[in-house]
Amino acid sequence: MPRELTQNRIQKIWVPTKDDKRRAGAPHFANPPTVIVMVGLPARGKTYISKKLTRYLNWIGMPTKVFNVGEYRREAVKNYSSYDFFKPDNECAVKIREQCALAALRDVKSYLKDEGGQVAVFDATNTTRDRRNLILEFGSENDFKIFFIESVCDDPSVIASNIMEVKVSCPDYRDCNKTDAMMDFQKRIECYRTSYQPLDPDQYDRDLSFIKVIDVGRRFLVNRIQDHIQSKIVYYLMNIHVQPRTIYLCRHGESTDNLEGRLGGDAGLSLRGRQFSAALTRFVEEQQLKNLKVWTSQLCRSIQTAEHLGVPYEQWKALNEIDSGVCEEMTYDEVKEKFPEEFALRDEDKYYYRYPAGESYQDLVQRVEPVIMELERQENVLVICHQAVMRCLLAYFLDKSADEMPYLKCPLHTVLKLTPVAYGCKVESICLNVEAVNTHRDRPEEIKRGPGTLIRRNSVTPLTSPECNIKKPRIDDLDEAPIHELPNSVAQLALCNSSRLTLAGQNLRSSSGRHDILQPCL
Amino acid sequence: MRGSCRPRNMRDKAVCTTNCPTLIVTVGLPARGKTYISKKLTRYLNWIGVPTKEFNVGDYRRECLKIYKSFEFFRPDNEEGVKIRHQCATSALNDVRQYLCVEGGHVAVFDATNTTRERRGTIMKFAEQNGFRVFFVESVCEDPDVIAQNIVQVKLENPDYVHCDSDEAIEDFMNRIKCYESSYQPLDEALDRDVSYIKIMDVGRRYMVNRVVDHIQSRIVYYLMNIHITPRSIYLCRHGESDLNIKGRIGGDSGLSARGKEFAQSLRNFIEEQKIKELKVWTSQMKRTIQTAECLGVPYEQWKALNEIDAGVCEEMMYEEIQEHFPQEFAMRDQDKYRYRYPKGESYEDLVQRLEPVIMELERQENVLVICHQAVMRCLLAYFLDKTAHELPYLKCPLHTVLKLTPVAYGCKVESVYLRVDAVNTHRDRPENVNVKRSTEDALQTVPAHL
Repeated sequence: MPRELTQNRIQKIWVPTKDDKRRAGAPHFANPPTVIVMVGLPARGKTYISKKLTRYLNWIGMPTKVFNVGEYRREAVKNYSSYDFFKPDNECAVKIREQCALAALRDVKSYLKDEGGQVAVFDATNTTRDRRNLILEFGSENDFKIFFIESVCDDPSVIASNIMEVKVSCPDYRDCNKTDAMMDFQKRIECYRTSYQPLDPDQYDRDLSFIKVIDVGRRFLVNRIQDHIQSKIVYYLMNIHVQPRTIYLCRHGESTDNLEGRLGGDAGLSLRGRQFSAALTRFVEEQQLKNLKVWTSQLCRSIQTAEHLGVPYEQWKALNEIDSGVCEEMTYDEVKEKFPEEFALRDEDKYYYRYPAGESYQDLVQRVEPVIMELERQENVLVICHQAVMRCLLAYFLDKSADEMPYLKCPLHTVLKLTPVAYGCKVESICLNVEAVNTHRDRPEEIKRGPGTLIRRNSVTPLTSPECNIKKPRIDDLDEAPIHELPNSVAQLALCNSSRLTLAGQNLRSSSGRHDILQPCL
Repeated sequence: MRGSCRPRNMRDKAVCTTNCPTLIVTVGLPARGKTYISKKLTRYLNWIGVPTKEFNVGDYRRECLKIYKSFEFFRPDNEEGVKIRHQCATSALNDVRQYLCVEGGHVAVFDATNTTRERRGTIMKFAEQNGFRVFFVESVCEDPDVIAQNIVQVKLENPDYVHCDSDEAIEDFMNRIKCYESSYQPLDEALDRDVSYIKIMDVGRRYMVNRVVDHIQSRIVYYLMNIHITPRSIYLCRHGESDLNIKGRIGGDSGLSARGKEFAQSLRNFIEEQKIKELKVWTSQMKRTIQTAECLGVPYEQWKALNEIDAGVCEEMMYEEIQEHFPQEFAMRDQDKYRYRYPKGESYEDLVQRLEPVIMELERQENVLVICHQAVMRCLLAYFLDKTAHELPYLKCPLHTVLKLTPVAYGCKVESVYLRVDAVNTHRDRPENVNVKRSTEDALQTVPAHL
């Protein structure tokens, strides 16, 4: 006898009535988790790729987290003195670095097995075969799939530019001037170079799954893609670039439906909406952009706004506003009156809630994904869209979770200017000074967010990329007796016990006489 | 040092705009899958709405040289042969120019061995003169089993060998390959560093991708990296008959009728008989497909992308009601069923865009059963059977019938299995009169029977 079906009240998904297994909690992923392993000399963009990829995967609903071994090292060795730490013959340092890697791997295991993670990005140089073999063994013991991303680049200007953008200002160099930092970092790179064994697709590594990114994406070598997620990762990596550019996001000008407080529909611009279009035209001209592409949805109000600009624009159906189904063109009061239960359900879980015969934010993310992919390929783009759509796009660029997304503030007549910088995105909000109604509804106070009966079939649930929050106390003095709360992963870092560790050689710190500079190893 | 030929005279170079046509050029020894890739890629690009056509130089040679005698024709020292083959390539390129510049084509696939740098240089010069972007697709394979299998699967049926027995044909073809081997200059990391290409190695085990410059090249690369040649079957069917089906109503989210439930049970029996290895089952998020899958007793995956076409304001109406309330819309739909979008709903064209990720994942997968809906199934079928936008909305996809698709040679074999449970007919042919001023009788001429 086939099981009876009921429609889940929030997501409007049909499930067998007695489907207990689908309650709350971790997403239901049939596939083994994946560990993405970065490979490459310092300043090759590994952390940039790690963070960007993680942001993308979380946005499309794949729980992903970065594990940056450098951060573990900074926790273990509180003050970085110089590149000497990285010399291959610095035995104590080598030990510490290995312990950091192992600690990070232990956290990877915990994330993937116990915390509901699906993808872990292991961000370190991983330049030797030994290190990679260690990781492969780790993967094999735990039934994790391993996918390597190697970044190879020998263009000195790219490397110098990377160092200036992200290394010079990193905690390691907080007490140095830029020139000294640059010099030290270059020497640090040299420490790795002699022992660097790039992935070898022809012989040694021919059975591994990996992508080699060469010269910042000019060329790619892709070996043995095993599954869907690796295929998507490769596609994503092949579409991103590092050219400076700006993305402008805004909504259509105020519409006649907006004035009446109506949802959805396909109304035209109000008088103020037309004024906004004129203001937008002036704004765009002032920005003096090279080759600006303009994208709109296929709804009238968005197209009318673009028309005023007097430049060619491209219409995307994928940018249409969220479909409010049976509630289309109603005011919130009418919705409350005609569909009180639906109204309440939406406030209970605005991200997963699907309007009857309509869409949810979760559906929107899936719909809008090709737009994001093309935005990554493009350079300067102005996207004239709608409130819910803009929230989805913004959540991607600013790494906002599913929980925050439906409440992001995207007011009418305001342009958000997004500029990629270092590992993230700078946002400038520019109000074009044309009055408009406020269409934002805040999260109601009294909503308590319980787990709910959420289904994650073919799921798309953006999570904010988790912070690398190593909850470990700092180790100021390795002579100290281990603190009881120290997790094993860190306690074992104190390997060179009973003596202080050394960072022999040139000390770049300004002589402030800090006592925690570590002494030579005996 | 730049290896590829660049014209010195910049005046020969036509302006290449953002949307300039693309010339895809295959590269590789015979029996490396170039034509398979060309045809499949062409089919995919056309389906997603990019007008594409392939130009197979071998076909031109067969036109020119009516009778193929033997591999001797391909010997590098056969001057006459070399001349004819060069003429054929030129002739094909002229047709490419015609297609891309005059006939509105966006992509042309130039399918030939193109194994020498010289030949590729000529093509690049041609492209530059006409403002086409060039993208090379090279297939490299040294696995003798794969090559032998290719020969058996597609060469033996080829007109060249129509009057030979298999062994003779294979031997001749192997000799033909040898004629190319000595002069083969594969795309080179150093010499061809400024050329846009993808090198496919060992049937997709490894890829080298160089200088992807635009959206279409990026899509092509993604597609090529997702296809495979492992034998498998794709089963397409609709949900069992639904309550709304019986009433002649479109869309909605109703459950299965009694006969629909019977069909689900028959489907279960059918699947069991087929003894399919590791079958994946996909449904839409509409009740009727899920109810059908539930009967199979196996795990299934729900895709919102497989939901039936959204009929907007016409949802849950009978055709008679649509004619009554929206006679003009009804007529316009008959005028251009592919592009027509229901008010507040979707068009077939929208459906194709929505279904593209499903097709991409189907390409990655092996044995899959897709339980979907009439319009959706027509879109998927059109992709596999290379049907045009014009034919697509009228493909016959009756209830309670499973289509089994098996890739073979350059295309797809289709077996239609009717599971012997009665159901209403939901297929509405294009009526003769599509004029907006037509009579109700003319409009409803082809509506199938219902309660």
